[in-house]
Amino acid sequence: MKKTHLHQAHIDAGAKMVDFGGWDMPINYGSQIEEHHAVRKDKGMFDVSHMTIVDLIGPESEKLLLKILANDVRKLSDGKALYSTMLNEKGGIIDDLITYKRGDNNYRIVVNAGTREKDLAWFEKQIQDFDATLTERPKVAMIAVQGPNAIAACLAVLPTKIATKLADLKKFCTLDEEDYFIGRTGYTGEDGVEILVPQEYVIDLWNKLLQADVKPCGLGARDTLRLEAGMHLYGQDMNEEITPLECGLEWTVRKEDFDFIGADALTALRAKGITKIMIGVVLTERGILRHDQELFDENGLEGIITSGSFSPSAQVAIGMAIVDKNMGENVKVKIRKKELAVKCIKLPFVRNGKVLIDTP
Amino acid sequence: MSYVPDNLKYVESHEWIEVLDNGNVRIGITEHAQSALGDIVFVELPEEDSYATGDECGVVESVKTASDIFTPLTGTVVAVNDALEDAPELINENPYDDGWIFEMEVDNEDELKDLMTAEEYRNSIVDEE
Repeated sequence: MKKTHLHQAHIDAGAKMVDFGGWDMPINYGSQIEEHHAVRKDKGMFDVSHMTIVDLIGPESEKLLLKILANDVRKLSDGKALYSTMLNEKGGIIDDLITYKRGDNNYRIVVNAGTREKDLAWFEKQIQDFDATLTERPKVAMIAVQGPNAIAACLAVLPTKIATKLADLKKFCTLDEEDYFIGRTGYTGEDGVEILVPQEYVIDLWNKLLQADVKPCGLGARDTLRLEAGMHLYGQDMNEEITPLECGLEWTVRKEDFDFIGADALTALRAKGITKIMIGVVLTERGILRHDQELFDENGLEGIITSGSFSPSAQVAIGMAIVDKNMGENVKVKIRKKELAVKCIKLPFVRNGKVLIDTP
Repeated sequence: MSYVPDNLKYVESHEWIEVLDNGNVRIGITEHAQSALGDIVFVELPEEDSYATGDECGVVESVKTASDIFTPLTGTVVAVNDALEDAPELINENPYDDGWIFEMEVDNEDELKDLMTAEEYRNSIVDEE
């Protein structure tokens, strides 16, 4: 199994390790609920070095990204980050990814670990006609430090020159200085940063953050945090069979110059009529919502839970769901032999430490 | 290595069985099972009804996943641990004591002989730990 540079550090911190898409990664360090609360109320850190980092440079890099991404990289000024989907010809989602603009025709892209092979193959196929070069960066490690006190902790442990710049870093912006590449981005619904450094720096950085009382958090807490924040997980909340228009990601699809791969399929779908939407659901009875549970309303309209779990912040079961756009008020979920009532809400459930839903 | 008390019996599906003084049995899930599940947030308790060995009679759900509870013996459920409805984390904190799940009146005491001893159960989980 593949290991990140921090593998031994996780074992030393008491991690329970699991196979995550071929990587031996920490699921928790004892209690994923405590880790979840640490990020909502204070600060926590995640080793996300398993994610795939690629750099794209060359005179036609922007042109290539305009073809393969549904969002518009021309919106980016230097040092800004953009979330986008990458679509196939049918408008289905190959992956979701973050693109950081480092300069003219100079981009850094972070894609999911679980889709690495097909993403790289897709990039290789599409890049043929463009004057651009793609380079994977397997020796760059990545730590996400998240929570209301995350940046303060980073300021205390990073080299002075880097910390000074971090203090002024705005949301969705990046700091690109010497060997440090830091984005004020994340996957938890809290403030924080994602720090990319050469892997030979990462153990020292991890240990300094530990000494600054930043709690190590596993993939378990990462999943409940992103679910509460209404953030999509590739493979669950989206896949190659669904378009961004049908799973709550229309906001990431560009409005002008509608000529990226998959655009024609989206235009055809719009003409035909979009029938599915993404919503949040809250279970109002006892139980837990899970991926793939079926929803139905009083008129027989249907839906499916794409991500579900117990929300440690709201103390109820919550889920993201793709449902018929005309779904009624009276919705139930099938859990084993029971049919239990759920309440439909607008995502997210939690943002910046605040629970946004009424709990039963 | 997870704690496996010597005075209890076990089955492969990670339930423990304690024979009570009145001949009934008390059942819960092992330390090893709760640790693998992680933070437990919901328990669907068995109905007070008859079950055959190996029947699914309830569910323990952690944040991470759901796991069925199986009846390790044939008989009738005569009591359930209601405290778990409000405090499912008792299974994490004390799986062999406050975290018990249900009690059964056993149809055939001979079935008890088929259960694993503590040593047999320890050997069966050694590769998973």
